[in-house]
Amino acid sequence: MSFIQVQGLTKIYQLGDIEVRALNNVSVAVGKGEFVAIMGPSGSGKSTFMHILGCLDTPTNGQYLLENEDISNFSKDELARIRNQKLGFVFQGFNLLPRTSALENVELPMLYRGIASKEKKERAMMALKAVGLEDRWDHQPNQLSGGQQQRVALARALVNNAPLILADEPTGNLDTKTSAEIMEIFVKLNSESNITLILVTHEPDIAAYSRRTIKFLDGSITSDSQ
Amino acid sequence: MRSALTILGIIIGVTAVIAMLAVGSGARKEIAEQISSMGSNLLIILPGATTAGGVRMGAGTQPTLSLGDAEAIQKECPGVSEVAPIFNGIAQVVYGHQNWSTGVVGSTPNILDVRDWPLDSGKSFTQQDVKSATKVCLVGQTVVENLFGSLDPLGQIIRIKNIPFAIIGVLSHKGQSAQGQDQDDTIYVPVTTAQKRLFGTSFPGMVRVIMVKAKSPDALSLAENQINELLRQRHHIGRERDNDFTVRNLTQIMEAAAQSTKVMTLLLGAIASVSLLVGGIGIMNIMLVSVTERTREIGIRMAVGAKTGDIRLQFIIEALTLSLIGGIIGIIIGISGSKIISILAGWTTIITLFSVFLAFGFSGLVGIFFGFYPAYKASLLNPIDALRYE
Repeated sequence: MSFIQVQGLTKIYQLGDIEVRALNNVSVAVGKGEFVAIMGPSGSGKSTFMHILGCLDTPTNGQYLLENEDISNFSKDELARIRNQKLGFVFQGFNLLPRTSALENVELPMLYRGIASKEKKERAMMALKAVGLEDRWDHQPNQLSGGQQQRVALARALVNNAPLILADEPTGNLDTKTSAEIMEIFVKLNSESNITLILVTHEPDIAAYSRRTIKFLDGSITSDSQ
Repeated sequence: MRSALTILGIIIGVTAVIAMLAVGSGARKEIAEQISSMGSNLLIILPGATTAGGVRMGAGTQPTLSLGDAEAIQKECPGVSEVAPIFNGIAQVVYGHQNWSTGVVGSTPNILDVRDWPLDSGKSFTQQDVKSATKVCLVGQTVVENLFGSLDPLGQIIRIKNIPFAIIGVLSHKGQSAQGQDQDDTIYVPVTTAQKRLFGTSFPGMVRVIMVKAKSPDALSLAENQINELLRQRHHIGRERDNDFTVRNLTQIMEAAAQSTKVMTLLLGAIASVSLLVGGIGIMNIMLVSVTERTREIGIRMAVGAKTGDIRLQFIIEALTLSLIGGIIGIIIGISGSKIISILAGWTTIITLFSVFLAFGFSGLVGIFFGFYPAYKASLLNPIDALRYE
């Protein structure tokens, strides 16, 4: 059984009288430790697919198995637990808490897991070290560059030892050089820690870092190249 | 800044509650003190009114009460514990080269029990003194101050209306009466001495007032009825005729006053609570704005695994913190405010622990109550909608 198993996934948005099929009967499997890039034009459904994989949204129809657990019918709080323990997110806009130090931002997922404050601090420092930001731990997001902020976000995604990291256009707000730095960290994590990586992007050179590319168009998968 | 303004509402509310309750309970305590300084469970019997040529002269003008009445009340009314007849007047008092005009009260030894008025030093006169009309007296603090200064008055001889009296006891400090009279400006002598030697009367045995102490607060009205019945009998008053005496229940009057202060305090407290409520609505307002402004933050927290309850708890705690900070500041201002009131206005104010807890608890409740709706609203957000919110 694959790490991620998606079967007949459909998401329909109701906008007034109009039905929008963001995802149409998508089925795909992703193995443990894979590095997958998801590409497609705007409105192709790749973000919706990502949000459902990330348990931020629920599908209208279809089945989603994560480590053999069927999460399609989970309640809000159960999904919150999955996000907390199995998933790490990296967003295009970094999504760090403002006026909060890098360390506290990284500690945040552990806050909702009920981890003692001393261990929280140690693990957060280790995660910051992994992304090379341990000397900036007391900086607030507005004192950090875009690349540094994205690295804090990465540390936050890593800190709960999640087996799956979802990145939604992680380099969208960064210049080419910083993008390359961030991508190298991704590659390193994928190869060294066997973390499954799923990355949404529309830049072919970012997708080139991955070993598998899935292309979306109008809510369906058009190509899946290993 | 915005939080400070929000807190202000709570501060004002809590301050108002504390100050109002302090003023209220201060007033209650003053009244309670006046009640007990009168003597508790007290009934006062005044003689009736004379009518001279159609003009009624008012209570106390008719010499209808006698020592015999007082003795009869003591003997025959089971609801009564102590009876003290009073025959009083004003007299000039002289000691050495000092002199002072004061009220001289003739009574029996149990007047001290009736009025709950212990002696500071010395001893009281006895029933024997009353029988033989001895020239002994008990002096009040004001009299002591004016005649003796810092000297010990005990055992000294003073002249009342030029008649020498031995001071055998000094009354303790009693303070003002409910009417504002200085109760310490007085001298007590045996009632017979007052009648026979000081203030002669054409009606032998007549007294001006009879003070009665009932056995308990519950026995007051029973004692009142028994006295009415007994005195009507003794004074041969027919069924159709009015009493030639009046029985007054002072405690009842005072309690009515105390009751009205209590109502007043409640009213003031209620008004103060309204401002607390308004402060609470302010907190709810600011929390609702905060939920909207921090939608993205809520989204981030949800994305990293915050459950519905975590988000709800966070906002309730924030509201609670705001209101409790307001509550603490309000308590501090309220306490100092009441002190200022009592200094400036001269009112007694009492800050009870109860009012502090009440105000604090109330502000906490306000925080939880008005924090709940915004918190609930925040927790209902969909993680993906919250994250996308701009």
